[in-house]
Amino acid sequence: MENEQRRLIRLKPNLQRRASICEFIRAFFKEKGFLEVETPIRVPVVAPELHITPFESETWFLSTSPELHMKRMLAAGYERLFQMSHSFRRDERGRWHNPEFTMLEWYRTGADYRQMIQDIEQLVVTLAGELGLNTTIKYRGQDIDISLPWPRITVRDAFLDAAGWDPVAKPDSLRFDTDLIAKVLPSFAPGRPTVLIDYPSAMAALARLKPDDAGVAERAEVFIGGLELANTYSELRDAREQERRFQEAIEQIRKEYGQQIAMPQQFLESIAHLPECGGVALGIDRLVMFLCNADSIDEVTAFTVDTV
Amino acid sequence: MDIQDVHKNTKLLVDGTPYNVEEAEFMKPGKGRAIYRLRLRNLLNGTIADRTYHSGDKVDEAHTTSQEEQYLYKEGEQYVFMNTETFEQHLIDEAQLENKTGFLKEGMIVTILMMGDKPIDITLPIFVELKVVESETTTKTATITPQTKSATLETGYNIEVPPFVKEGDIIKVDTRSGTYVERVGTRK
Repeated sequence: MENEQRRLIRLKPNLQRRASICEFIRAFFKEKGFLEVETPIRVPVVAPELHITPFESETWFLSTSPELHMKRMLAAGYERLFQMSHSFRRDERGRWHNPEFTMLEWYRTGADYRQMIQDIEQLVVTLAGELGLNTTIKYRGQDIDISLPWPRITVRDAFLDAAGWDPVAKPDSLRFDTDLIAKVLPSFAPGRPTVLIDYPSAMAALARLKPDDAGVAERAEVFIGGLELANTYSELRDAREQERRFQEAIEQIRKEYGQQIAMPQQFLESIAHLPECGGVALGIDRLVMFLCNADSIDEVTAFTVDTV
Repeated sequence: MDIQDVHKNTKLLVDGTPYNVEEAEFMKPGKGRAIYRLRLRNLLNGTIADRTYHSGDKVDEAHTTSQEEQYLYKEGEQYVFMNTETFEQHLIDEAQLENKTGFLKEGMIVTILMMGDKPIDITLPIFVELKVVESETTTKTATITPQTKSATLETGYNIEVPPFVKEGDIIKVDTRSGTYVERVGTRK
């Protein structure tokens, strides 16, 4: 086993680059008129999502994402917000996961998921430029061309091509998750980022449905070098629809995981005032992995759950 | 046990057969189910199998114990080990030992992994010392001196060694990588 001093010294170049990336992220958003905010990490309720399990903290929880509080601020009249916050998800540990990680979230009023995808593209290209990298980035032995725009593919087309079935016509969440990892992600061009768009409505989470195609939600995910980097929505503004989705998730969480999750009432009340907006959640650790050519989250984190 | 508690080298019972987890990969779409891809080595015959599990799945841990025993000799396709305190002997098939047989020398103490009263695997010392019984002779006329040459050890194992190692020399070998470490004795 490598000793702690040797490990921390070895990680230093990556941790220095990580700090630079965070500074450039702040500059990127400030320049665009975004306000940096801090919302609570210890919270009385989290968004009920079936496969995101929160840690309990007395009768409260550790935040799984700052989304609900940031949207409450948007509902109160804030227009452009960003935040880098520690988030916590139980039982998530592997090469791409640590149960405590850093999430970058930003929200923009008057925007939909397509504009938010462009924000993600610009952010990554800007950061690469600030770090003195060009638009071809070597990641785990693969040259990845990040020049814009990145190819977009719908979930329906990606699954029909790589897995031979249509998850929009026939929703099957277990098969979806399995095939996404085993078949769909490996089918993406390795030398380009890929934006997977238009998720089946059953997987809409907090995204609104497409006005001209209620079978799909305005939700997208960005993948680079096999990493799931960011998730974006045109945010759902229908409180009743949101409550129905949360209720369904609460029931399933109780059945599948035996955990009691409460309805986020205050958030639901604020939704009535939420302006049209788009939001992004991006994993900073993974962005740093990509920009440091690091194989594992352990290479960009000073102390993981295993070294803490 | 819960699938999320499985790690590399956890011993599992799958359909009654003991397996060692060689690799455990955790993958999870952000909002999707956790998926665990395990590479399993059958502890009875050494074959490899890949299995995929999901969050919420339960698996059976193989309850094992371990004890030190001395390797005595090979008999047909089986290797004979003995507990030096109780003199109890255990036989292990060659297939179960995989590539470990190349480092087993009579009299060596190893750790035996037992499931109930059945031996299923052994752990070798990290370093073992073995005699070179055959090696290529380096020709003086060769214009380019090769960096390494191949040699055969007393166990039959083939290994790359530096040119100066001769037949009859004793060398130290790293059993994790199967590579030469240093020469520890030379033929008088």
